[in-house]
Amino acid sequence: MTTRRELLAGAGLAAVATQMPAIAFAQAKDAVTIGMTLEPPTLDPTSGAAQAIREVTLQNIFEGLVRMDRTGRIQPCLAESWEIAPDNVTYRFKLRSGATFHDGTPFTSEQVKFSFERAVAPDSTNAQRQLFTPIAEISTPDPATVVIKLKQPTASFLYGLTWGDAVIVAPASAAGNKTNPVGTGPYKFARWNRGDRLELARFDGYWGPKPALARATFRFMSDPQAQVAALQAGDIDANTNLSAPEAVAQLKADPKLTVTIGRTEGETVLATNNAKPPFDNLKVRQAIAHALDRKTIALGVYGFDVQLIGSHFSPLHPAYVDLTGTYPYDPEKAKALLKEAGFPNGFTCTLKLPPPSYARRAGEIVAELLAQVGIKAAIEPLEFPQWLERVFRNKDYDLSIIAHTEPLDIDIYARDDYYFQYKNPAFKALIARISGTLDEGERNELYQQAQRMLAQDAVNGFLFILPKITVAKAGLEGMWTDWPLPVTPLAELRWR
Amino acid sequence: MIGYALRRLVALVLTLLAAALVIFLVLEVLPGDPAAVTLGLNASPEALAALHAEMGLDKPGWLRFLTWLGGLASGDLGLSYTYRVPVAQLIAERMAVTLPLAVLAMLLAVLIGMPLGVLAASRRGRIADAGVMAFAQAGLAIPNFWFGLLLVLVFAVGLGWLPANGFPGWQAGFGTALKSLAMPALALALPQAAIIARVTRSAMLDTLQEDFVRTARAKGLSEGVTLRRHALRNALIPVVTILGLQFSVLIAGAIIIENVFALPGLGRLVFQAIAQHDLIVVKDLVMLFAGLAIIVNFAVELLYGLIDPRLRQA
Repeated sequence: MTTRRELLAGAGLAAVATQMPAIAFAQAKDAVTIGMTLEPPTLDPTSGAAQAIREVTLQNIFEGLVRMDRTGRIQPCLAESWEIAPDNVTYRFKLRSGATFHDGTPFTSEQVKFSFERAVAPDSTNAQRQLFTPIAEISTPDPATVVIKLKQPTASFLYGLTWGDAVIVAPASAAGNKTNPVGTGPYKFARWNRGDRLELARFDGYWGPKPALARATFRFMSDPQAQVAALQAGDIDANTNLSAPEAVAQLKADPKLTVTIGRTEGETVLATNNAKPPFDNLKVRQAIAHALDRKTIALGVYGFDVQLIGSHFSPLHPAYVDLTGTYPYDPEKAKALLKEAGFPNGFTCTLKLPPPSYARRAGEIVAELLAQVGIKAAIEPLEFPQWLERVFRNKDYDLSIIAHTEPLDIDIYARDDYYFQYKNPAFKALIARISGTLDEGERNELYQQAQRMLAQDAVNGFLFILPKITVAKAGLEGMWTDWPLPVTPLAELRWR
Repeated sequence: MIGYALRRLVALVLTLLAAALVIFLVLEVLPGDPAAVTLGLNASPEALAALHAEMGLDKPGWLRFLTWLGGLASGDLGLSYTYRVPVAQLIAERMAVTLPLAVLAMLLAVLIGMPLGVLAASRRGRIADAGVMAFAQAGLAIPNFWFGLLLVLVFAVGLGWLPANGFPGWQAGFGTALKSLAMPALALALPQAAIIARVTRSAMLDTLQEDFVRTARAKGLSEGVTLRRHALRNALIPVVTILGLQFSVLIAGAIIIENVFALPGLGRLVFQAIAQHDLIVVKDLVMLFAGLAIIVNFAVELLYGLIDPRLRQA
């Protein structure tokens, strides 16, 4: 029987022969093809939460007043500069002159007002409506100035404006953006073969520096093996986030490819129903925390080291503090705590798992680790719509595993009626204080307090940060390593 | 005959109506909210309500059922919840991939399977026969997605002759598009070819026992002509029956193969629609498949009626 290696070795010879024309072509290369796992359902980031929409449109087709750079810092974009008045609620944005939409409409303050008012309108289907609810009033003293007055100081307001939900759209084209997006970004929509590929072309009227690449194609392949094959065959030049971690070693060995493992804002947690006995008992939650061997879980899911977490916070943010030592892996201690809580023989519960492979794989290991301290968790796989309905909305669950991918979303623990059912007035007060604190140093201090509170209360089992596995052809420069925000800015790509 | 056809037609419409009701009810009972899937974990209740209204989900079930049915009757399949474009357009786009893929796979299966079956029958008990039967066993045993991956490894990753997956669209040129369909079609065709080879072989063995074959040989026809013109022609009937049955199996196999090869076909559309709770697309597609099956059945029954006059009175 021929092994795969022999097959590949034989095939390698043939590949050399076919590479000659490819090299000749590479000299004039001004296009890129990028693979993605999921296809965006629409191309309008202001009416849908799908990450894939942001990955292809944000900072490419659409732009906001401000943008996030690859290090997670806020940079000017359609707003050239801004100042916050001493009252801490009045933001004055000076807008970029000379920016136009892809259909030729000039960009003015009117569109900023329109975009934000549209996002909070009663019939708005904006997935992050709460970003805009602090706004009290928007005024446009002249076409190049916007003044936004907030109801109360909101520290995360500017940060939220970097999100896809806050991009600037024009009244005439807004309704058609789902299928024919018109923005102000460096690339304009060219063609969409639904189910297969999306093509973008450089926008010649762009206000900023001219991007290096004239054309870009996003290709959608949900099957992990298909992604690996397309990379190996050279059909695609890069992949934003490979969904086949088991192939990483194999791809790293390929000299034609570069592989980087970066971090995201996706805190993966063992979500726990804090209102339901016995999980309302802090000792039980602490026992679970002591039973979770994070390193083994992460290694079992990915096969390589990923960032472990001890609270609900991403290390991409400067306020991050390492709390993985709060309740270290200690099965004996876990058993003792269960005994103290009145469960000397453990108990049974369910572990409901959504479809992503990280959740299903981690679920198997978590169930085994829990069994070792006496907690028998029965695994129940769910499709995502059913997970949303039963776990997220109806809170009909004991334990679940999911990654919360929204950036800087520690405030979800302060929400009434959120599915963790944490309900801690002290934490709510802390989040309110954070929101009102505009001084960055002071705010980060408070963020650290919040992280500690969640870690000590063992609200959830805090596991790891979803990695971003970027694979690119050697020679392609500018792919983001980390994902402080899930975007793939094409204007930063170039061939060496 | 006309009365018979009319009775069958009424039965056809009633069956389709029953299918529509069952599909609607099943999807109605299934937990999950398409608006929640679209808007994600941070959605505010106001935004959800607005999207419900936009999708028409705020109306009572019976009204939505009647609206959907009325739409089907007038050819309006509704708007996809996830893609926000007419479902008819989605299906038409996807059909342009799945239909050629299925036809190509069928063609390959016949071109591979039939000659092998004839060869095996004519060399019964000898090495060629054993070889064909071994191929047929393997073809049935190997999962087609695994065979597909193997093809990718050799022809795309290794030799670089064909694209690993994807479909550039027919506007990219007939040859380019066909290249993208070659491997998936071959992967789909393999188990079909195996079945056809086996059926052809046994049908041929039966007809080779018949008197007319002996007569043909006796009058001095060459073996090849005897096989082709006399034996194969009569053995075709069971083979064609199997081909008809296998067409729906091909469509089902396409769901897996289209995912392995990232082809934008109907199978992948069904898969995506279920995963994203795009219920309107699921409903329309299930109706389409059910309708096709029922219509094929109807056509077959009409043919029976033509062949056997006794059935017309039933």
